[in-house]
Amino acid sequence: MQNLTKEHFEPISVDLRQAEAIKRPSLSFWSDVWRRMRMNKVAMASMIFIVALIVCAIVVPWLTPQDYFTTDLAGKNKKPSAEHWFGTDDLGRDVFERIWYGARISLQVGLAAAFIDLIIGVIWGGLAGFYGGRVDEIMMRIADILFAIPYLLVVILLMVVLEPGVGTIIIALTITGWIGMARIVRGQILQLKNQEFVLAARSLGADANRLIFKHLIPNALGPIIVTLSLTVPSAIFAESFLSFIGLGVSAPIASWGTMSNEGLPAMKYYPWRLTFPAIFISMTILAFNLFGDGLRDAVDPRLRK
Amino acid sequence: MIRYLGKRIIFMLISLFLIVTATFFIMKAVPGGPFTSEKQVPPEIKAALEAKYKLNLPLHEQYFEYLKGVVTWDLGPSFTEKSSTVNDMISRGFPVSAHLGAQALLLAIFGGITLGVIAALNHNKWQDYSAMVIAVLGLSVPSFILASFYQYIFAIQLGWFPIAKWEGFEYTILPSLALAASPMAFIARLTRSNMIEVMGQDYIKTAKAKGLHTVAITVKHAIRNALLPVVTYLGPLIAGILTGAFVIERIFGVPGLGREFVLSITNRDYTVIMGTTVFYSIILVVMILIVDIAYTLVDPRIKLSDAGKE
Repeated sequence: MQNLTKEHFEPISVDLRQAEAIKRPSLSFWSDVWRRMRMNKVAMASMIFIVALIVCAIVVPWLTPQDYFTTDLAGKNKKPSAEHWFGTDDLGRDVFERIWYGARISLQVGLAAAFIDLIIGVIWGGLAGFYGGRVDEIMMRIADILFAIPYLLVVILLMVVLEPGVGTIIIALTITGWIGMARIVRGQILQLKNQEFVLAARSLGADANRLIFKHLIPNALGPIIVTLSLTVPSAIFAESFLSFIGLGVSAPIASWGTMSNEGLPAMKYYPWRLTFPAIFISMTILAFNLFGDGLRDAVDPRLRK
Repeated sequence: MIRYLGKRIIFMLISLFLIVTATFFIMKAVPGGPFTSEKQVPPEIKAALEAKYKLNLPLHEQYFEYLKGVVTWDLGPSFTEKSSTVNDMISRGFPVSAHLGAQALLLAIFGGITLGVIAALNHNKWQDYSAMVIAVLGLSVPSFILASFYQYIFAIQLGWFPIAKWEGFEYTILPSLALAASPMAFIARLTRSNMIEVMGQDYIKTAKAKGLHTVAITVKHAIRNALLPVVTYLGPLIAGILTGAFVIERIFGVPGLGREFVLSITNRDYTVIMGTTVFYSIILVVMILIVDIAYTLVDPRIKLSDAGKE
């Protein structure tokens, strides 16, 4: 055995300061969410579907030669063909074209309703949760009373009275729709407002406005965004429901609900007139639901069950 | 308990009062009265008609008349079906709707719980995945599409069930299935996640350790606790089934109140719209109160005085 002398050993230089350095990029909350989200194949597929749907709804009516209102009585109720991909309806209008106009309506309604719910809900819930006590009691009681009124009945009643149209549907859907969001926000604020960082901000002199909108709401963003993403499908559903019972947009504007309504009596002989809008409504709501579920799991992995 | 009940009932009455008031003024805000038509009616006849329906009174008196009518359960005449009143329509249509609704409710509750329990007991196995696929589909496909799909497959293609109308038990199956689909899916998901949580608890381990049979553990220990949140969902569930019936009854030609309601919307029969809205709201608000009380009875851990505050 060879003698080991001191020369055989030499110190590997280790810079202790280097050892403490953080090698990986630090993950913010949202990049962490995005990382978890990417692992969820179903949610990613839904997201791709939604993006594709939005792009197509914007682009397709531009690119195609037909439009959604031109009638052609000689070519009515035609089967899907190279000329009319999804066939034509009882007035000879191109179903493919109408589907994409319907997509515009559905997406407009879904996104706008969700956005308005978000704004009202965040302000209402934020104020109620932050001030607590009397204010909270009164604000949440008002919300409770409004909430007790059946949602679809309110919407139907308003739709009966107001001029039919996309704007009306959005107003009708948001008039009691914000309450769910307000409750979520309030719950979050109640949880957060006694934490140290709020106390720290308060002792630095932050006023109520700054505390609510700069400190509390950003920390509650996860649940807010999840609720938001699940509001969209329910608004799209409500729009198609209303159009289906004849309270939605009026002719000749196409909406998936009105198309299904018109396609229903002809189901036996011209099934494509019902099938295509039905598939699009279901796929869209499905995609938004799955995306929302995935987002919820990604935002709060503890909720995953 | 009594204080809580009193508080709840007061809030319920406020809600109902708001609904009645809002419905009344919204309907009065509609341009044109029920007797506006293309035909020129002699002014005397018009005045006589308006006097008959008390439309000649000032608005606030009409409003008090209407409130009085609601309290004494007289919802006024129908303007398009001259021979019947709103009360007639409700007593004609509601039993049918209630029958359909009850059937759908039972289906949703039992089907949903069964699916959820099966999924939870076979967590992450194929039964779980297929149950959850069914549930997500049930939540995403709107009931009116599901209904037309059922009609196409089971009535037109296979001929197993009659396509529409309401003349016997076999006529009730497709509408009930269509109506029950989305609440069933919701209950299945709720039951599954609660069951999974409960099955991980220590007392289930204890039950297993002392050698209880799986069936006994599931039925006696797990399901009872997992079902509590399902009870809270019953209120919205009833609301969903009542409003869902609007389209289902229309598609299947069921002569219920929901179809009457949709028809009255199409005909712009304002008294019927008002009356049925008020009727539906009363049912829903009362049902939700009953469900809340039932919940506190089922789960003794909840104190009634705190229950209202979340």
